[in-house]
Amino acid sequence: MRTRVWPAVAVAILIGAACGGTPAPASSPQSGQAKNVGSVAFVSSQGTPANEGQKMNSQVLAGFNGQADFISGPTAAQDVDKVTAEQKAGKGTIDVLALQHGDFTTLGASDALMDVTPLLQRLQKDRQFPQALIDYGKLGTSKQYYIPWLQATYMMAVNKKALQYLPKGDDVNNLTYDQVIAWGQAIQKATGERMFGLPAAPGTQASLIHRFLQGYAYPSYTGGEVTGFKSPQAVQMWEMLKRLWAVTNPQSTTYSQLQDPLLSGDVLFGWDHQARLQNALQQQPDQFQTVPAPKGPKGLGFMSVVVGLAIPKTAPNVAGAEALIDYLTQSKNQIAAGSAIGFFPVVQGVKLTGSQVPPYLNAEAGVAAKYASDKNAVVALLPVGLGSTSDQFTLAYQDTFTRIVLRNEDIQTVLNDEAGKLQTLLNTAKAACWPPDPPSTGTCQIK
Amino acid sequence: MRPLVPYLLMAPAMLFLAYFLFWPALGAFGVAFQTAQGEWTPANIQALVRDTDFGLAVRNTFLLLVIIIPLEFTIALAMAVLAQSRLRGRGFFLYVWSFPLAVSDLAAGLVWLSIFTSHGYLNSALQGAHVIQHPIGFLNYDNLPGLLLAVVAAETWRSISLVMVVIMSGIQVIPPEMEEAAAILGAGAWNRFTKVTLPLLKPTLQVGLMLRTTTAFQVFAVVLALTGSGLPVLATRTETWAYAHNYQMAAAYAVLLLMLSSVATVAYLTFLRTPREVFQR
Repeated sequence: MRTRVWPAVAVAILIGAACGGTPAPASSPQSGQAKNVGSVAFVSSQGTPANEGQKMNSQVLAGFNGQADFISGPTAAQDVDKVTAEQKAGKGTIDVLALQHGDFTTLGASDALMDVTPLLQRLQKDRQFPQALIDYGKLGTSKQYYIPWLQATYMMAVNKKALQYLPKGDDVNNLTYDQVIAWGQAIQKATGERMFGLPAAPGTQASLIHRFLQGYAYPSYTGGEVTGFKSPQAVQMWEMLKRLWAVTNPQSTTYSQLQDPLLSGDVLFGWDHQARLQNALQQQPDQFQTVPAPKGPKGLGFMSVVVGLAIPKTAPNVAGAEALIDYLTQSKNQIAAGSAIGFFPVVQGVKLTGSQVPPYLNAEAGVAAKYASDKNAVVALLPVGLGSTSDQFTLAYQDTFTRIVLRNEDIQTVLNDEAGKLQTLLNTAKAACWPPDPPSTGTCQIK
Repeated sequence: MRPLVPYLLMAPAMLFLAYFLFWPALGAFGVAFQTAQGEWTPANIQALVRDTDFGLAVRNTFLLLVIIIPLEFTIALAMAVLAQSRLRGRGFFLYVWSFPLAVSDLAAGLVWLSIFTSHGYLNSALQGAHVIQHPIGFLNYDNLPGLLLAVVAAETWRSISLVMVVIMSGIQVIPPEMEEAAAILGAGAWNRFTKVTLPLLKPTLQVGLMLRTTTAFQVFAVVLALTGSGLPVLATRTETWAYAHNYQMAAAYAVLLLMLSSVATVAYLTFLRTPREVFQR
């Protein structure tokens, strides 16, 4: 049951986030944390760019009644390994752990996280989380392994200069992949340059091209993320990607965050994580707009990211950790943290208003609302349950892109080859299928 | 009995190297030849050779090496000779030329990125001068000459001052009377350079080549900043696998780099050996 409700869940979340949804409970001030709770080590896989970490410390954690150190690592797998090692050693240093939903699965399975049900019940006295997200945090058990914190998605940013080249009759808010390619061709014809942008720099932490493949291109063409990896529909998708690449700036292999080439004028439109577009949207709000990702034959594939807060069993300061989670899920801090690292709040009724909320965040929330209300949406989750093999899973998607699109290798040969690598990783992690792929009994199998 | 003092003085450095260099290097060998569970296996090396970008990484690393090293040593030699000459303003040159010594390699890569990128300084200047109509994609993933040009320019600019300083220190210990004697015997400037200065510089060049070749094998930040995945080299591939959490593959790459550097060092030691008697005066 838990697998099948996820897509609906994710849509519900995004609707909630985008519309500000349900009525707000009266926000109560502090939940009785008058005394200093001491030092709390707050380790996160999000907010990695230095300026985001700085904003977390100066704008969000400054008001916390203790010393919260925000430590963000480059990849979640390293955090997972550290907690696992600390569990083995029986002695820990991490108090609060912020990871994406799929990264918690391994730690939940190895019983490395505290059951935070009592804390959640306490918090629910004055704030409400979407039930779907709470269920997420149970990781399919009866225990509550994490408390939802923030959420995000990916979209396209468009320089308004590009709109004049959009073929007549096409709706910029409702494009197909083929229409994006035609638009790119029109721009190339007029300017002589390839102006679409994809974040395709190498390395698992540098760019998010693998999320484009897993959460957008694959679901839009195959309806799934993994099982149809080498299917005829996948071949069709890769043929489309080669045509898309023909109108993509060939320097995309150096882009780790699309906001930089957007600002420099190297690209006029492109796809990335909402937080990696924010500088362009913030610095030139009149020049850039955000629009949904394109659609394919199977619908509008998009990915939804949920970040949760957990307490490892080895946390040295449990009281401090609970106080920090309480603090981070208060309305004003939800807005502050969302604004600092470019995410949406999760607590119900929290509206993205106030002087500190950058206008672009509302614009991005508008795109999220469009995803949520699209009848043909295919909601993809970040890989679930891969644990420390998650980064190699990522690399296989990146290598597939490199071999087919950059090196022009035969599509079916590469897909068969890389599918073998993916299957080995799935087998190692014993990971079941996750949405949008249909639920599996046992390990997920590539068809 | 030999005095203990020299050994005691060397001990801290030796301990430091042993703990932070030799020990981790041995560890890397261990990881490269073991499974994640710690069983001995050659599988990582086989996987290394089959890696998507292995062939390209080897080719690009050597390509950069054979372009950069001769280019850099030729220019650095000229710079060092010029800085040693009695020309007016040589102090100024020396000062300016040493400047890149203080710049980190990633920063250098980013500076050159702003020059070579499609809407960067170089393309803007060329367009402004009406030399070209559309920007040249120097850094396009499929433009190998452009990528090489950018990396060679950035790497040479960044590290040439180190080579120059090494060579200058060598030139300074050559006794001036040698050159004077050659001049009196009728040798011209070119002959004095090739027959006197260059042979006496051999030990210095040997050290310089060893240092520079080792670091050239490890070329990393400049390549990453300028080319992303466009020009994979051995060190960027090592990093990719380390971050992909496959430490066995990363260690296999690291071990390969270590062996290549060692082979180059031994080759320099063998083929550029200076007979002892040359310096017995």
